[in-house]
Amino acid sequence: MEKLSFKLNAPTRAGGTRAQAIVGVVASGNLEVLLERASPPDVCMIDIATAAHGFGAVWEAVVRDFVVRRAAGGLRISINDGGARPDTVALRLAQGVRLIEEREA
Amino acid sequence: MTAATANRSSLSWYEASARQRIEALLDAGSFKEFIGPELREMSPHLSIFDLPAQFDDGIVIGRGRLDGSPVLAAAQEGRFMGGAFGEVHGAKLTGLLRAARRLKQDVLILFDTGGVRLQEANAGELAIAEIMRAVIEARRAGVRVIGLIGGRAGCYGGGSLIAGTCSSLIVSEQGRISISGPEVIETNKGVEEFDSRDRALVWRTMGGKHRYLLGGADIFVDDEASAFRQAAVEALRCTEQQRLERRLQRFGEASDAVAIWQAIGVDNPADISGLPTSEFLRRAADKREHADDAR
Repeated sequence: MEKLSFKLNAPTRAGGTRAQAIVGVVASGNLEVLLERASPPDVCMIDIATAAHGFGAVWEAVVRDFVVRRAAGGLRISINDGGARPDTVALRLAQGVRLIEEREA
Repeated sequence: MTAATANRSSLSWYEASARQRIEALLDAGSFKEFIGPELREMSPHLSIFDLPAQFDDGIVIGRGRLDGSPVLAAAQEGRFMGGAFGEVHGAKLTGLLRAARRLKQDVLILFDTGGVRLQEANAGELAIAEIMRAVIEARRAGVRVIGLIGGRAGCYGGGSLIAGTCSSLIVSEQGRISISGPEVIETNKGVEEFDSRDRALVWRTMGGKHRYLLGGADIFVDDEASAFRQAAVEALRCTEQQRLERRLQRFGEASDAVAIWQAIGVDNPADISGLPTSEFLRRAADKREHADDAR
């Protein structure tokens, strides 16, 4: 298992009021993303545990792109990865941000 | 079903995730999770094998409402480790069943499992035993435990043993129920005994239709969350008490057992007492009343 941690400046604060959101499952080529509101509003913390070793640079590129494109400020994001491709990761992160913004039932 | 409690979600049970199934099964917005992913109660064993863990250890448990009535529910995620039972996964279900016994609330178990997780086999086997005991103890206290089977992983190994202890089972054609999976049988007995790659054979032998015909499952539904929901409402509505009330309604006027046999539709009911076994069984076939929850 390789563990990676990123603390990123996130220009846009995450919307909505939900305390947390979870998307995806840990399976081959898939990952789960847990989003919680725990960071300062302009910071996004991302912790990753991945089964695929040696892809730190790719992860960094994906998460840096993510905080620029999406409203991720104030989030602590925890990822368990079963070897997902970068495009799957980007989609799951976007899905997670969309879910935590959703109105509470 | 009242408008306020209706859940009009439409999705394939087979394709849906554990969380999607729970959301679609229970009354809209009623589900509250116990020991959610944010608490990170994860498997202590998987890291030893350098395998990725999941925050909920592959099972979602909690309380909610079904057609307005409070229920407890557990949903296995078949895509994580094949929905297999590990130590934490099993303990969450055991705890839910013990709570059900204490709270006297019915339980829905959304099975989607290959059985015991091999990486934590001893803990998993113990969990199966504990869960079966908890199911029986809950049922003895009058709680109904309904199994819903229609996921990708089916309901195999220890999962099928637990299913065998449930009050009733709801199954779709896609759902499979069996102790040994297709690959296990082929590995042990050879491809001539069972070809695990013959999908038609697998579904014919273990699938929902076969189990329903054999009496191993009680309600057969489409691969649709709303169908599972409707069936779960139905399964919880039909109690032993209602069965007995129905019996009283149908046969209450009968002054003798022969009159009951006539009402059931047996040919020449007056002859029944004098018939030898083989002829008696032939006449009883298709006519006799079913035992429902008494199994």
